[in-house]
Amino acid sequence: MSTAENYLTHSSGIRSWLLTRDHKRIGILYLISIMSSFFLGGISALLIRTELLTPNHALMSPEAYNKMFTLHGAVMIFLFVIPGVPATLGNFFLPIMLGAKDVAFPRLNLASWYLYVFGALFALASIVMGGVDTGWTFYTPYSVITNTSVVALTAGAFILGFSSILTGINFVVTIHKLRPDWMTWFKMPLFLWSLYATAIIQILATPVLGITLLLLILERTLGIGIFNPALGGDPVLYQHFFWFYSHPAVYIMILPAMGIMSELVSTFSHRTIFGYRFIAYSSIAIAVISFLVWGHHMFVSGQSNLADLIFSFLTFLVAIPSGIKVFNWLATMYKGSITLEAPMLYALSFLFLFGIGGLTGLFLGALSTDVHLHDTYFVVAHFHYVMFGGTVIAFLGGLHYWWPKMFGRMYSEKWARIAAVVIFIGFNLTFFAQFIMGSKGMPRRYASYPARFQPYHDVSTIGSYVLSIGFVIMAVYLIHSLFRGRRAPANPWGGTTLEWKCGSPPPHDNFAETPGPCEPYDFRGIVYDPAIGGYVDTARARS
Amino acid sequence: MAVTEAEVRERREGYESSRLGMWIFLATEILLFGGLFCAYAVYRSNHPEIFVYAHRFLSKTLGGINTIVLICSSFTMAWAVRAAQLGERRRLVALLAITIFCGLCFLGIKGIEYQQKWRHGLLWGERYHPVEHEKNGAAGTPAAIQMPPVSSDPNRSFLPLAAEGPRGLAPESSKPAPGGADAEPVPKNVQTFFGIYFAMTGLHAVHVIAGMILIGVMLVRAIRREFSPTDFTPVDNVGLYWHLVDVIWIYLFPFLYLIR
Repeated sequence: MSTAENYLTHSSGIRSWLLTRDHKRIGILYLISIMSSFFLGGISALLIRTELLTPNHALMSPEAYNKMFTLHGAVMIFLFVIPGVPATLGNFFLPIMLGAKDVAFPRLNLASWYLYVFGALFALASIVMGGVDTGWTFYTPYSVITNTSVVALTAGAFILGFSSILTGINFVVTIHKLRPDWMTWFKMPLFLWSLYATAIIQILATPVLGITLLLLILERTLGIGIFNPALGGDPVLYQHFFWFYSHPAVYIMILPAMGIMSELVSTFSHRTIFGYRFIAYSSIAIAVISFLVWGHHMFVSGQSNLADLIFSFLTFLVAIPSGIKVFNWLATMYKGSITLEAPMLYALSFLFLFGIGGLTGLFLGALSTDVHLHDTYFVVAHFHYVMFGGTVIAFLGGLHYWWPKMFGRMYSEKWARIAAVVIFIGFNLTFFAQFIMGSKGMPRRYASYPARFQPYHDVSTIGSYVLSIGFVIMAVYLIHSLFRGRRAPANPWGGTTLEWKCGSPPPHDNFAETPGPCEPYDFRGIVYDPAIGGYVDTARARS
Repeated sequence: MAVTEAEVRERREGYESSRLGMWIFLATEILLFGGLFCAYAVYRSNHPEIFVYAHRFLSKTLGGINTIVLICSSFTMAWAVRAAQLGERRRLVALLAITIFCGLCFLGIKGIEYQQKWRHGLLWGERYHPVEHEKNGAAGTPAAIQMPPVSSDPNRSFLPLAAEGPRGLAPESSKPAPGGADAEPVPKNVQTFFGIYFAMTGLHAVHVIAGMILIGVMLVRAIRREFSPTDFTPVDNVGLYWHLVDVIWIYLFPFLYLIR
């Protein structure tokens, strides 16, 4: 039993957690809440897939099915993927990677977690009140006339938006003001670049969702008429507003995942990241372009042909910075000494799955093919390849990468690799089948379907079961590691960024003494020391 | 000596951080209102006749007074920040109190306007039920309702009187003109204007209330002598917020009241 003080043992009792201002503990609080949301969203996904095993209604009524996919979408988007990486891993590691003691506004950070919980309670209340059947997009006019509890869920999403904004403000200010003097922008770890780009989108896009949902609530409660065609309002305006947030939001989801990728690929190739500046700038480029492509969700909503054309062109532009990142990661691996620990398996999965997800995005960004593929399972498969194959896989990679740092324990490497492979197989079974049936015309959001689609649906459903087995394995060995895992060394993987220079788990103030100047991704002198089961920095020890 | 240096640095960092945080927060506020301004622009460019017709039901006098009241309050707020910088506590307290008073005046006048709209049924969306008046005007008809019709002089009005009807599934909601057959036609979907009017001014009023609460907190803290020339950042930040609320009204007033 190590006697060194760390943030977990710094103080004890439930109050010390619920009133903490320590960014690391807030990160853990977020991690617990977000994994609970993921569990809820995952269960609803399994119920949806089980219902779709047969063309008829085996498990639930069509109304219940509508509520189920709305629940799945809203919970996964608003409660899991959007806050996912920034609020958990970002909160925990952003200050440490800067060599700072905490974020700029610790109290605001805790407030954002309470807002998250509060928003989640609203969302749960909407389930208790009978659920919502509009889909997570709440399109008007249906969301105005349906008799389900739209107000509770949208109010929840509104509050969650505030939580997201507070996190974003905190991160931008922290990176600007708490960076040590020696750490110039181009000496920041790339994870921080991606968190910065993410925070910019959170700050600039989320308020627009706020006003949109507020107007929707006013529409339902007071009949204000701005989005309701029966009162002279414009439902397409709602779609513009909604996607003005919700398209940038998908970059809120994927950008931090890309940041994790940069860390994973470099560390496990034990080689300097290739094209640092290009990766950094491409994060910013994605953030900028993300604001200009929302119209590609509305190619068939009746916007002008000119608008369609411009949005389609701008959508293709996103492929450029995304491609820059992927090629730079590949170039980093080239001639590196790659080790295949579990986080790296997730990184490789990401490259494969995000590649498919990104390229199929181009099919949907092209006007003519989109008319055919619009609202089919092809779209469903595309965004699951990006959101799950991209964001969630990278999140899992990051979670495994930083788990020893966060909790001071090593998980079972063997089981972690098995789970990574099971998840990879299960994911592809689930969603690749959806590409095929989507291109054959299976529309999304239907509880029943023509019998000819059944083989694809069955493969997809079996895949979802395989996927959930992978997650169960993961939950078991991760929880097991907390109690029985081997003590983690300070630097188990040979990472070069600052978080590997403090203890595992980090002390309350992160660093005993403020870390001095260093280069990120400088692997010279980082060698494996079998005595401690981790890496040590011999270059630093000499100097 | 080194300790104080670190303290100074930490204080400066804290000051700069909260300033930057406040500016970013103001950006989010602008985007929150930006959605409504965008809706305004879309509806006004698609249906100018609704805006030209309906804006005359708003009282330019009351709106103008409110604009002046808010500008005065911004002045006293800016002066209050200066007083905080100079450590003039009594002046700071007085100026903050005046600012809150201006905010109350604004809300009071806004309340009178809302009440008039309520009385005449000039409300949003489904609550829009304009009270119809006799041709020569009932005794209690306020001046706002008896505004002259839009000029038919082509040199004065460059907007078509009755543009194309609204798109979408709008029902025929147009009512006969209150003044009889010789009066101007009432455009369809006038309720859209009032929906936007109440959404924008209502959200703004919520911000005014929030600003007054924040200034109230500053007032209490100033009375408790919590500010000094080296430690006045909260006053500064609340001032920034109040100016933003003011600036939004500076846009709302011409957009809603001064349409031609």
